[in-house]
Amino acid sequence: MSVDTATVARIASLARIKVSESELEAMVPELNGILAWVEQLGEVDVTGVEPMTAVIPNTLRLRDDVINADPLTGGDVRDAVLANAPAAEHGFFGVPKVIE
Amino acid sequence: MTNLTDLTVAAIRDGVAAGTFSAVEVAEAFNARVAAAQALNAFIVTTPEAALDAARKVDADRAAGNALGKLAGVPIGMKDLFATKGVQTTAASHMLEGFTPQYESTVSQKLWDAGAGMLGKLNLDQFAMGSSNETSYFGNVISPWRRNDGSTAAMAPGGSSGGSSAAIAARLCPAATGTDTGGSIRQPAAFTGISGIKPTYGRCSRWGIVAFASSLDQAGPMARDVRDCAIMLEAMAGFDPKDSTSLDMAVPNWEASLNADMKGKKVGIPREYRVDGLDADVAKSWDDGIAWLKDAGAEIVEISLPHTKYALPAYYIIAPAEASSNLARYDGVRYGLRDLPDGANLQEMYAATRAAGFGAEVKRRILIGTYVLSAGFYDAYYTQAQKVRALIARDFELAFQHCDVILAPTAPTAAFGLGEKTADPLAMYLNDVFAVPASLAGLPAMSVPAGLNREGLPLGLQIVGRPFDEQGVLNAGLAIEARAQFSAKPEQWW
Repeated sequence: MSVDTATVARIASLARIKVSESELEAMVPELNGILAWVEQLGEVDVTGVEPMTAVIPNTLRLRDDVINADPLTGGDVRDAVLANAPAAEHGFFGVPKVIE
Repeated sequence: MTNLTDLTVAAIRDGVAAGTFSAVEVAEAFNARVAAAQALNAFIVTTPEAALDAARKVDADRAAGNALGKLAGVPIGMKDLFATKGVQTTAASHMLEGFTPQYESTVSQKLWDAGAGMLGKLNLDQFAMGSSNETSYFGNVISPWRRNDGSTAAMAPGGSSGGSSAAIAARLCPAATGTDTGGSIRQPAAFTGISGIKPTYGRCSRWGIVAFASSLDQAGPMARDVRDCAIMLEAMAGFDPKDSTSLDMAVPNWEASLNADMKGKKVGIPREYRVDGLDADVAKSWDDGIAWLKDAGAEIVEISLPHTKYALPAYYIIAPAEASSNLARYDGVRYGLRDLPDGANLQEMYAATRAAGFGAEVKRRILIGTYVLSAGFYDAYYTQAQKVRALIARDFELAFQHCDVILAPTAPTAAFGLGEKTADPLAMYLNDVFAVPASLAGLPAMSVPAGLNREGLPLGLQIVGRPFDEQGVLNAGLAIEARAQFSAKPEQWW
């Protein structure tokens, strides 16, 4: 499978990355080179093979259902959460107007 | 007087404990060496005060007769992928320039708790995506090594942990942290004549490490020798409830159990790694490694890893797919860069921010990942790659019925010059051909120096072990180290 300029533009839009026309032109052959190379995976007989879900078998743990079980990842850290926000206002993340 | 910056981690730890020199003297010596090596661009920020503060505490503890940690008095470099509280953490990206974490990553905290101090944050490929440290927003890292033909051409330190490898090889720090997603500890170690180990997936907590491909990302140490790697890894590893894939297992005493006697051990030589056109010097170093392990008492057996050829293409579906998902978090809202053109709405702000904040290689991988996960292509690409990944893991499982560790080259060539491979992304990807299979299977793997090639550049040998058998990997590494007698170091030009 190969991609054209319109497809790359659509992928870039899905990925929320703005790309210029000239960037698009440059990306098409690069992505096609990579995609053509990964095509070889189609040769592999995977009949009866389950896709890998965990590289090292492990059980997913559940923590106790208590508030702030771990203070580092619990609540009450609003200021720390906002400390690196580009536009924090009144204790919230500021964004451009989303409702007209 | 001993040159303190020539000492290993073990020698510094023991010297500080014995009072031969103080931790502050060590920190000052390394701080000065770091400050004088700006030409290498190995650090994004330096933190000489942090190194001194940690050293003062160690000296005070020793004077007070308190127990000292496993790394007491050892200053180290921290790859700038680990969140460090109050110290800028960028993943070498413009996106995170100025980002100051409000918390400390589990692995770095463990190192500080063991008495280590931080010399600075080490440069890397942007978001750890690259094999030559040429994708950093903060400029290329220059390897301290040069070709022996009198050329002054700048050489690649490997990637993504290129700041770590260059800094250790140049004696700017005795050890550093690295992370390995598809060879990012082992390949730079091989390129710079040092050692590095990627432990079993889950040994080191990923909490506080900027995520690239979460099913592959694993932290590990880089240092000058095998013992130092064992010491560092003991401090870095351990169960962490904050990482859902963390292994709930005790951390073995790897250093105390080091043993270079390979009697009764079987070493597998994968025939599929002997590819057509394998670099002659690399092939010779591999043969040397086989002879050394035989000399150490090991039995050499040929093994087959039939799906080796498909590891790299599978990796370049799986890793970008996970990256496209992980990097969706950079939205210009919560942290990091925001680019808000005049009159832009929220969607336009996302797109402008991500266009400005990500470098070309990061964008390329996000686009590939987005494509292979998109409706209609998911099964053909992603599901197929995860099935092939299962087959690659099974290859190793079957091989380990016939051997205890596997020996192979770390990389298909020695270091290349900066700029030599940047024109073709695929040519760059092929550098990780021998490193990626162990990553896909989550296995412990390390690189140790094996010698120099005809150009005077280091070559590395890779040892891959069974899950959880870091000890077997370290021991085989030690057996090679004892026989390779690698003592070359780059001539100081910077």
